[in-house]
Amino acid sequence: MTEPSGGRTHRDGVRAVVPLAVAVVGFGVSFGVLARAAGMGSVAPIVMSLATFAGSAQFAAASILGSGGTVVASITAAVLLNARYGPIGVSVAPSLSGGWWSRFLHAQLTVDESWAISAEGDGRFNPKVLLGAGVTLYAAWVTGTVLGVAFGDVIGDPSTWGLDAAFPALFLALLVPQLRDRRAVGATAVGAAIAIVLTPFTPAGVPIIAASLACLLGLGKRDETPPEEAGR
Amino acid sequence: MNATWTVVVVVSVVTIAIKGLGPMLLGGRPLPPRMSAVVALLAPALLAALVAVNTLGGDRELVVDARLPGVLAAAVAIKLKAPVLIVVIVAALVTAGVRALTG
Repeated sequence: MTEPSGGRTHRDGVRAVVPLAVAVVGFGVSFGVLARAAGMGSVAPIVMSLATFAGSAQFAAASILGSGGTVVASITAAVLLNARYGPIGVSVAPSLSGGWWSRFLHAQLTVDESWAISAEGDGRFNPKVLLGAGVTLYAAWVTGTVLGVAFGDVIGDPSTWGLDAAFPALFLALLVPQLRDRRAVGATAVGAAIAIVLTPFTPAGVPIIAASLACLLGLGKRDETPPEEAGR
Repeated sequence: MNATWTVVVVVSVVTIAIKGLGPMLLGGRPLPPRMSAVVALLAPALLAALVAVNTLGGDRELVVDARLPGVLAAAVAIKLKAPVLIVVIVAALVTAGVRALTG
């Protein structure tokens, strides 16, 4: 179903991300509920979802404010969680060929899920899939936030429905086709190991950025290309 | 500006900048070969970290809970070449089921 091909369109991006969009609406509702409970009012959470579009960072910021944390602590946690979009943006950059405003738009619609779905598996990303998936997820996130702020706890906790497991399952499904050579397998193993080892010792967000360092395995290893790849 | 709006504005502006920086500066032209070899490994490294943190991550601790059987079931579905939609649904159903039984 996700056969890598250059021919995927916006619609493929929308279609691929619909099941995740359902989960994202659920978490948008949770964010709306949590943000209201944290004393953020009803307008600020919606503005935050419109302008930030990064679920985990918004959850962190709201929960720290709600538990009496400082503004600085709240901002720091959110920025750390979003720092992964630095390396993610760098990975997408060569695949974006439009003008600066088009690149800016694609960049803003890049979240974990739209980024992962748009990967072609060879290091390139499909901008149309990124845009289609990104717009769908954005609509889902903002809609969920509005529903959560408006209707509070009428809708239950999305983890009751197992929706929190949908995200790692998606990332795993999109990781497997990337394991094409030894270096990719190595980067996967090292990235996961870094993330797991750092999780107990560092603030949330740090393990994921640190894991991106595993990409340095790509340096100076050209001559160790496995035999089956040598013909390229 | 009160605390809430300070957080909303600062986090939004910083996030927009972080997301936009790479594509604005590097976009539209191919990277040098050595750098593209590094960038090509960003996807597997970050995806692996996202799988690990979303499966086992807690509040500054590793947690084994109902997410793990869900993700393991997803791995089996992937091995059986199930479509992504099915993989995601299997994970959610197994996690919801385990949670209902143990909760």
